[in-house]
Amino acid sequence: MAFDKQEAKSVLFSPIFNNNPIALQVLGICSALAVTSKLETALVMSLALTVVVALSNMLISMIRKQIPSSIRIIVQMTIIASLVILVDQVLKAYAYEVSKQLSVFVGLIITNCIVMGRAEAYAMKNGPFMSLLDGLGNGLGYSVLLIVVGIIRELFGSGELLGYTILPSTANGGWYETNGMLVLPASSFFIIGFLIWALRAWKKDQVEDKE
Amino acid sequence: MSKKESPIKTIVVAVVLSLVCSVVVSFAAIQLKPKQELNKELDRKRNILIAARLLEQGGTQSEIDELFKQVETKVVDLSSGEFIEPPKGFNQRKFAKDPKTNKVLQGQEDIAGIKRRSQFANVYLVHNGDELDTIVLPVHGYGLWSTMYGFLALEPDTKTVVGFKYYEQGETAGLGGEIENPTWLSQWPNKQVLNEQGDPVIKLVKGSAQTENQVDGLSGATLTSNGVENTLHYWLGEDGFGPFLERVRAGEI
Repeated sequence: MAFDKQEAKSVLFSPIFNNNPIALQVLGICSALAVTSKLETALVMSLALTVVVALSNMLISMIRKQIPSSIRIIVQMTIIASLVILVDQVLKAYAYEVSKQLSVFVGLIITNCIVMGRAEAYAMKNGPFMSLLDGLGNGLGYSVLLIVVGIIRELFGSGELLGYTILPSTANGGWYETNGMLVLPASSFFIIGFLIWALRAWKKDQVEDKE
Repeated sequence: MSKKESPIKTIVVAVVLSLVCSVVVSFAAIQLKPKQELNKELDRKRNILIAARLLEQGGTQSEIDELFKQVETKVVDLSSGEFIEPPKGFNQRKFAKDPKTNKVLQGQEDIAGIKRRSQFANVYLVHNGDELDTIVLPVHGYGLWSTMYGFLALEPDTKTVVGFKYYEQGETAGLGGEIENPTWLSQWPNKQVLNEQGDPVIKLVKGSAQTENQVDGLSGATLTSNGVENTLHYWLGEDGFGPFLERVRAGEI
């Protein structure tokens, strides 16, 4: 396998801003809505998804020449599902509090379109190492967005970051009137919408052509 | 290419992949099980201690184990209020699902919205020397979206709250989810949940609580607040821990 440093770099970093899985491809929105009410859960979810998408990409790429195309989706699903169960079990053993808060959303990584999408679009056609980088890159792209949304929602929704009080809320005797809307999942729709707007204003080439 | 697509090859790939994946997954599940059980157990003990106000927050494993030595775990037959020998493999949630060991609640009976409950329940007794100091009761009931699990700690008069702690719920984060907020829970101590006759009278009210039978409801979460009230009314009532609490009041325990 010829190794091209330039290409590796672009595979790893372009999903962060240039080809962000959430902002440009609008994939993986469901979990982005659900787990971002606190920064901590957003961080753990980002980590979990990055691990799953990177490893699943690598493993699928390793056996891509053996996968019969008639059952390739099921093969991909099986590998992804096994990895997700592993991650879930590890979280339950080593990060019990957070895993309680993430509840079903770790399991739902299985159905996260980003994971399947990268397996089908990239890992089936490229070598293991590049697929690993592609998985990491897309995981990072997902993470960046989740973390930004998590920061906005936790800071303005409860006046805290990672559980530490930044803006003392009136409920706890401070001055900051918390924005109740931000703790509801629907608010991440607005935030993600504004982020997509901002990103496309910055990188004009992401703006879609008028139909 | 033709070889890659043959039916035999397809079946072989499917079987081998399934085998490998299942071995990996089961191996991980079995290896991590003890650690996960330990976490669950520790979390349960921690929440009991917080309800009984023996612990503020967090706590390491050794601290929790040390503090938990004061706590005696008992199993109560809810219909008679008598202590019984813990049945084999007793787990209140599992027993609530098993038709042999549960009680199905119908209509009016089911104020907490739980549909069925175990015939037996855990109670946790904290002793101070020989004296009974605190009784911790596990309670659960339906809120707006989810079943909310908590521990209610009472003084030996069975009327006065020592502390209250919710530890598992899926209510709206920031609204109903605030039942886990320590600030909200901190108004519970010294409230009177029962009246002189031993009937549950605790109320969650809108605005500010005026009497010792009232607690501030959660703003923006009326249904969750109702759920909390119903949960306590059920578990402190005749069908819940009522008979047991009566025995405590009679000084039989």
